[in-house]
Order: sequence, then C-alpha cells, then structure tokens
Amino acid sequence: MSKVTLDRVRKVYPNGVEAVRPSSFEIPHGELVVMVGPSGCGKSTLLRMVAGLEDITDGTLSIGDRVVNDVDPADRNIAMVFQNYALYPHMTVAKNMGYGLKNRGLPKAEIDAKVREAARMLNLSEYLDRRPSQLSGGQRQRVAMGRAIVRSPELFLFDEPLSNLDAKLRNQMRIEIRSLQRRLGVTAMYVTHDQVEAMTMADRIIVLNAGQIEQIGKPSEIYNRPASTFVASFMGAPPMNLLPASYNGNGHVALGDDLALPIQADADHAGEVQLGIRPEEVHLSDKGKTPFQLDLIEELGASRLLHGKLAGHEFTVNAPNDDAPLEGTLMLDLPQHALHLFHGETGRRL
Amino acid sequence: MADITDTTPAIIAAPASKPTRRIKWGLVGDHAILILGSLFMVVPVFLVFMTASHTPVTVHTEGMQWWLGDQLAENFHAAMFEKGGFTDTVDGMRMLMNSMILGIGFAVGKIIISMFAAYAIVYFRLKFATLAFWIIFTTLLLPLEVRILPSYEVIQGMGLTNTYTGLIVPLIASATGTFFFRQFFRSVPEELVEASRIDGAGPVKFFIDILIPLSRTMIAAIFIIMFVFGWNQYLWPTLITTEEGFFTLVRGIRQIVQTYTDSSIPEHGQAMALAIIAMLPPVLIVIFFQNWFVKGLTESDK
Ligand SMILES: Nc1ncnc2c1ncn2[C@@H]1O[C@H](COP(=O)(O)OP(=O)(O)OP(=O)(O)O)[C@@H](O)[C@H]1O
Ligand SMILES: [Mg+2]
Repeated sequence: MSKVTLDRVRKVYPNGVEAVRPSSFEIPHGELVVMVGPSGCGKSTLLRMVAGLEDITDGTLSIGDRVVNDVDPADRNIAMVFQNYALYPHMTVAKNMGYGLKNRGLPKAEIDAKVREAARMLNLSEYLDRRPSQLSGGQRQRVAMGRAIVRSPELFLFDEPLSNLDAKLRNQMRIEIRSLQRRLGVTAMYVTHDQVEAMTMADRIIVLNAGQIEQIGKPSEIYNRPASTFVASFMGAPPMNLLPASYNGNGHVALGDDLALPIQADADHAGEVQLGIRPEEVHLSDKGKTPFQLDLIEELGASRLLHGKLAGHEFTVNAPNDDAPLEGTLMLDLPQHALHLFHGETGRRL
Repeated sequence: MADITDTTPAIIAAPASKPTRRIKWGLVGDHAILILGSLFMVVPVFLVFMTASHTPVTVHTEGMQWWLGDQLAENFHAAMFEKGGFTDTVDGMRMLMNSMILGIGFAVGKIIISMFAAYAIVYFRLKFATLAFWIIFTTLLLPLEVRILPSYEVIQGMGLTNTYTGLIVPLIASATGTFFFRQFFRSVPEELVEASRIDGAGPVKFFIDILIPLSRTMIAAIFIIMFVFGWNQYLWPTLITTEEGFFTLVRGIRQIVQTYTDSSIPEHGQAMALAIIAMLPPVLIVIFFQNWFVKGLTESDK
C-alpha cells in the first residue's frame, strides 16, 4: 500500500531561506491531498521534496514502507505533472508518454500497448503522432497526465497543473483529474493556490502559510472550523469577516462599546479576540438585532455582496438576490453557529 | 525597408495625389542602394568566373576579362586534376578534400567542445561555474593570431605538424560557441530537466535525447558560421603544414600563381578556376542549412 509519510520534514535552501518548517503528516493510500496556500508559502518545495527534485534538509520521507530520502526521483515510483506541462517539444505525443518506460528498458510492444491504453483513457488516440506544439492547452495537459499514468506510479504529484488553462477548461479538467485519480486508486498530492480547486478536489486539504502547516482536514472541516484566522480568511470567497472584539470568558463577546453578542464557546481565554463571521452565514432580517451600515452593493448574479460597516469595522454580507432596493442601515441576524472566535494575538481558534 | 517608406509618407501627407510620387522616390532610393550593394558583391565574382575562361597569356597581357572565353573547361580540368606544386603531388581534388576536412573538423569540433562546456556550466552545480564561464569568455580576447607562436611551439613539440590533428585541434576551443550554447541552454525550461529526471534519464541520456534535439537549430547556425570560418583559415594552415599533400584550396590558389612564375606566365586562368571552386562549398552549406534552419525556427518547438 502506498501511503506517504512525512516525519518532521524540513527544507532550508542554500541561501538560508527556511521554505518548509518541520512538517509531519500521513497520506493514506488512494487519498488525494491538496496543498494550498499563498504564493511563496512552500507548497512547491514540499512537493518537490517528495518528488526527489529537492534535497530534504531534515526529517524522513517514506513512500509505502520505504524511506526514500536518498532515492533518485526515477526510482521513487512517482509521476509528476508540471504547471507548464514540461512536455518534450521534439517528441511526438506517443514518444512523450513512453519516454519514461523506454528508459526503464521495457520492450517496445509493451510501451506501445501502455501508451495506447492511456491515450484511449484520455481521448488522445488521434493525436499520438503530433508534436506538443500542434496541440491545444487542454490537450497538452492531457498528454502530461498520460505521461504520468503510463508509468503506473504509486503516487501522483501535481504542481498547479491547471493554472495555465482558461476557467471553463479548468473546471472540466478538474473533474477529469479527480475521476481519473479515483478510478486508478493512486495516492495523489496536488498543489494549488486556487481555493475552489482545493475545496472541490480534495479528500483532505493541507493549508500552508510561510512554510508552516496551519491546518490539515477535510474540506468541510477547513471551511466550518478553520483553525486560525489565516485559514479563515484564506479559504472561502469572499473571505470571512474578522472583527476585533473582546471576550469576557463566559458567553458574551463585545464588539465596540454597545454591541455584545452571546456565543457558545468554551474558550478559556478572556480578553482580546478576533470574531470571525462568514458573509454567507449572516442574514438580513427585520427581527435581527445587529445594525449594519450599507455602503456599496456588488451584483454577482446569483447573489449580491453588501459591503459596509458593522460596529465601525469593514463587513461584508452575502445576500440572496431578490432585487429589493437596499440602503441605509439594515438589521442583521447573526446566528450563534456563525460566530468563530480566534485568539487576539496568535490568531488560533478558541 | 520598403514597408516603412511606403506607409509613413502616406500618413504624413494629406492630399491624395502627392504621396504616390514621394513613395516612388523612396522605393527607388532603397532599390538603388540594394542593387549597388549586390553589384559590389557580385561583380568581382563575375570577373573571376569570366577570367577563368581565358588563357594565361590573355590574362597576363589584358588583365581581368569581362567576357566568356574558350578555355573554361580546360582551366577547370587543369586546376582540379593536374598535379602541381614543387613536388607535383597535389591536385585540386586533394586540396578540396583537405579544405573539407578542415572545415568540417573545425565546425564539428567546435560544436562538440562548446556544447560540452556549456552543458557542464549550465546544468551541473559546479562550485566555480560562473568563474569558469568568464575565464572561457575572456579567451575571446586571445584569438589565434595573438597566441600563434606558443601554439606553434606546443604543436611542434607534440610532433603534430603536417597532420590533420595539428591542423584542427588547436583551433576548436570556442568561447563564442560556448557562449551561444550557454545562453540557449539557460532558456530551456528547468522543468524539462526535472521531467526527464523523473522519467529516469541521467545526464548522458538527457544530453543526447533531449538537449541535442532541442539545440538542432542552434547547432545548424553555429555549424554554418564555423564551417565557413574554418574553410577560410589561412594563417594557421600555412604555419603548421609544409607538405603539399596537406594544402587547402585557399592556400593552393596562391601556390598556383607563385610556383609557375619562374618558368613562364602564371596560370591565372587556373587560379581563378580554383577560386571559384573554393567559393562553392561555403555557399552550398549556407544554402542547404539555411532552409533547414528557417524550418527549425518557424516550427517554434520550445
Ligand atoms: N531554489 C531556491 N533557492 C532559494 N530559495 C528558494 C528556491 N526556491 C524557492 N525558494 C523560496 O522558498 C519559498 C517557497 O517557495 P515555493 O516555490 O515552494 O513557493 P510556492 O508555495 O510553490 O509558491 P507559488 O504559489 O508562487 O508557486 C519562497 O520564499 C521562495 O523564495
Ligand atoms: Mg509553486
């Protein structure tokens, strides 16, 4: 079984940058794990260490039951799909897909059969004799996938494989990659900075920030119980509202001077907190008790975003689109389950 | 050129009738320059060709000839197949072969050496790669002419005078080639290296399977330049080869004029014929590779 285990894996580049702080996690067999985070947070570095393209500074990495820290990329039994596809420009599609097998010394007939099989799976059969330059972006992406599949790897690695495609194709390929991975049952690590990709594709998400793992969890956990203000504001669009507040330690959080909200929390911290509220979890309601000063409306089609002020702080509400004219001060209903409390200094969830 | 002069005056000039005349003048000017330039290049070649069809006597008394004479075939035949020189051992064919060996050996040698050097500098994490590159680069300041005496000493000391090795090897280290290949290799996406590493290609396989095919157009371009450069070498071959069996065409031309002076009139016609023959291979190489070169470029592989 090909689980992947990282044990306090750390990366320091020769120039002294600590791109990945000691990180430990385990990916069970057949799971697709998405690593997400802002640019420069170390996603690629982590993935490339698993691929063997980057040395591991400290810690141990195992694929299956084998420690692979010092194993050559070619012998780790992995396949990687790159952002710019990295197809060999002078080789035909068939040669591109078969190159790895050829280097392993497989007989030609067997390579042919495998390439054909992969091409059939990916609807590439008619393009086998073309060069990459004669293909569209989506087709190139498929060839890159094909090159990964034919090797029957234990582990797929994807580094932002869809970010060069237009939005429509991206959605389509997202689904294709996901279903292919399920069908083949191969463990996969997938890097992206697109949170929609992360939410839709992942069995589990790893959120990275500045080389540090902020949270590991199922997409629903990440969304419903973000472990820190960073995760809260990074995952979800529009991002979660974060308001400075103070918590009295037994059931009330005060926003400004004259607004106190009841909250179910067993936090043992009292004092400065950050109050997080997702824009889509608050409702406009005449019976609501919280005043909201509306400044600006953004139409999104299915819904609209109301930007304004709550207790003097920037606040956004995602309201259903019912064409009713809105202006001035509105009343909001803030259900208790929509309130997330974070530590005022560390930003950790309380 | 034509495009620019074509459009700009049309934009500036407002009335419809005037601009046409101006455009024409511009075109005439451009064409005059181009035609003059071409004549400047072509007329000497034409003269050489025409002169090659006359007897030495005619040339000697009347100078270069503008019209075709009746000795063309005879002169070419004599230049190519009659043995000449002091020792009567070397004919045109032999010199052509020597020139070919020098031109091709020179070009191929330079390409191989500079590709290796650039490969090492770009793809391997050598400690002093940049320093090594700049050291190679500064040798541009030391062309053969500057270091000709020490080079001669070394080659002679190794007993390589009057050998093809001595003729070619000292010339093939190339800063220019290394520089061009280095720039090219650096433009090859890093991911290709990584993809091929995952595909199990080691350094040698990567070089042969990926890098060389990708560099086709670069190789062709450098081959053209270096072949012509090698073909036209004069100073070094003169120094290093004294046996006439190693003479190249470029040297042979002068030899014909020189060796016959003692007996009679120099064989001007034959010398001209040999000059024409010496011109042909570089021209053919350029024409042949140019096609290929353009095709490689327009396919936009990278
Ligand atoms: N070869 C290198 N040498 C030194 N520092 C590097 C190197 N590669 C990356 N870094 C640094 O390591 C950090 C993490 O880089 P990494 O490429 O992993 O980011 P990323 O999360 O993949 O970002 P992106 O979303 O932009 O691809 C960055 O601060 C980067 O500057
Ligand atoms: Mg990256």
